[in-house]
Amino acid sequence: MPSITFVHPDGRAQRIDASNGESAMQAATRQDVNGILAECGGSAMCATCHVYVDEDWLARLPAMGDDEDALLDGAAAERQANSRLSCQIQLGADLDGLVLRLPDRQT
Amino acid sequence: MSATSRTDSVTPEHGVPASVPHLGVDPFSTEFFEEPHPIHEALREAGPVVWLDKWGVYGVARYAEVHAVLNDPMTFCSSRGVGLSDFAKEKAWRPQSIILEADPPAHTRTRTVLNQVLSATAMKPLRSHFTALAEAKADELLARGSFDAITDLAEAYPLSVFPDALGLKQEGRENLLPYASLVFNAFGPPNQLRQDAIERSAPHQAYVAEQCQRENLAPGGFGACIHARADAGDITHEEAPLLVRSLLSAGLDTTVYGIGAAVYCLARFPDQLAKLRSDPTLARNAFEEAIRFESPVQTFFRTTTREVELSGYRIGEGEKVLMFLGAANRDPRRWENPDSYDITRRTTGHVGFGSGIHMCVGQLVARLEGEVMLAAIARKVGKIEITGPVKRRYNNTLRGLESLPITISPA
Repeated sequence: MPSITFVHPDGRAQRIDASNGESAMQAATRQDVNGILAECGGSAMCATCHVYVDEDWLARLPAMGDDEDALLDGAAAERQANSRLSCQIQLGADLDGLVLRLPDRQT
Repeated sequence: MSATSRTDSVTPEHGVPASVPHLGVDPFSTEFFEEPHPIHEALREAGPVVWLDKWGVYGVARYAEVHAVLNDPMTFCSSRGVGLSDFAKEKAWRPQSIILEADPPAHTRTRTVLNQVLSATAMKPLRSHFTALAEAKADELLARGSFDAITDLAEAYPLSVFPDALGLKQEGRENLLPYASLVFNAFGPPNQLRQDAIERSAPHQAYVAEQCQRENLAPGGFGACIHARADAGDITHEEAPLLVRSLLSAGLDTTVYGIGAAVYCLARFPDQLAKLRSDPTLARNAFEEAIRFESPVQTFFRTTTREVELSGYRIGEGEKVLMFLGAANRDPRRWENPDSYDITRRTTGHVGFGSGIHMCVGQLVARLEGEVMLAAIARKVGKIEITGPVKRRYNNTLRGLESLPITISPA
């Protein structure tokens, strides 16, 4: 069971346990992490589950698809080189300890 | 979702497993439209999969099964129609939609185009204009005091922003709501509502066909953007008007019903209005929760492309499956206090906009309209009172009101 840490804009770290195979967005909404809105529920439509991936982890994530790339352009907070959509990050043992920073806004 | 390994005995005459609970309810009847919630509950409690004798279709009303069907589009397909009519057996009442009534890979190409035309990036330049018109609408209605929240607000506001965003001409816009109402009635069974709508449809269909043509769409609007994608080779020039038609079919009436639902909620639940007034940033979630709570789009069908087992029930190939989105959105297996309208609820995962590859492509436009209208109400309106008889509007797919007389007072 991978555990992941969300870092809020105020610096507060929130560690949650996720299930293998669920996305970081699903784990976050299931455990009510404020700052992950996920309006479309994982249908890759809304860009409201935007996260900044901790630099140490960035290279360990699979490359983003064209859809995610296009969606990130519409994210409410500034897009950065380490921006990803948490609905596209599937969690497994290899991502145990993943650190994701939350943007200051999602809409 | 828990699928069991139990196999059901199949009655040879109909191919319907004997153990599937049979229900006699008609989800396209006046009785149902007036009070769907007890029937939704009966449908959910009867089992994960039910058989509706009235129309000879399977039904799913629990969240898990509705979500599962929505997210398995290759088994539960859309290309045979998302209404009761099976396009493999009868001709569609209008040329088939190339996005709503399509499956991958064909669907992927058209969907990509509309995803981009209606993307979050495309919404950014619209926000300030949509906000200004919402505030003007709230001011105008406050000056009037008493009005009908359906015609004067839920219809008037989207009509003031969406047709312009699409790039439609001024003339003929009175056809838009009747055309949308027709489209959503036509997903239903061949009842009076559907037959009447189709009989009266010729002028509305002619108007819509005309407005989908490139020369009738203003530069910069959603319609012109779709045609530009044909120049880029992403779709053909024959497909472009049909994609514009999707916006004319599903882009206006749905937001009318959504905003109507939200205002009706705020009028009935003053504690939630008070909460919204104290924090107008809740407007977007107040709209989203109204979509969950009222589910303006109540139902859609899928058709099975193969024999499939769903939660222990075997469904044959070529069967229609009716998804009760409104019942799923109030399934106590998924939602805490499902029958309460709570604007601070985490609404993520509701199926009011659908789910998966066919999830409402205009959801960001809908949320933008809903958010800015409710935010304007939150900042300017102190009180909403229902002052006359609330009348329901009957449609085979859409749930909403015909009339909601209210009086509002300033904050």
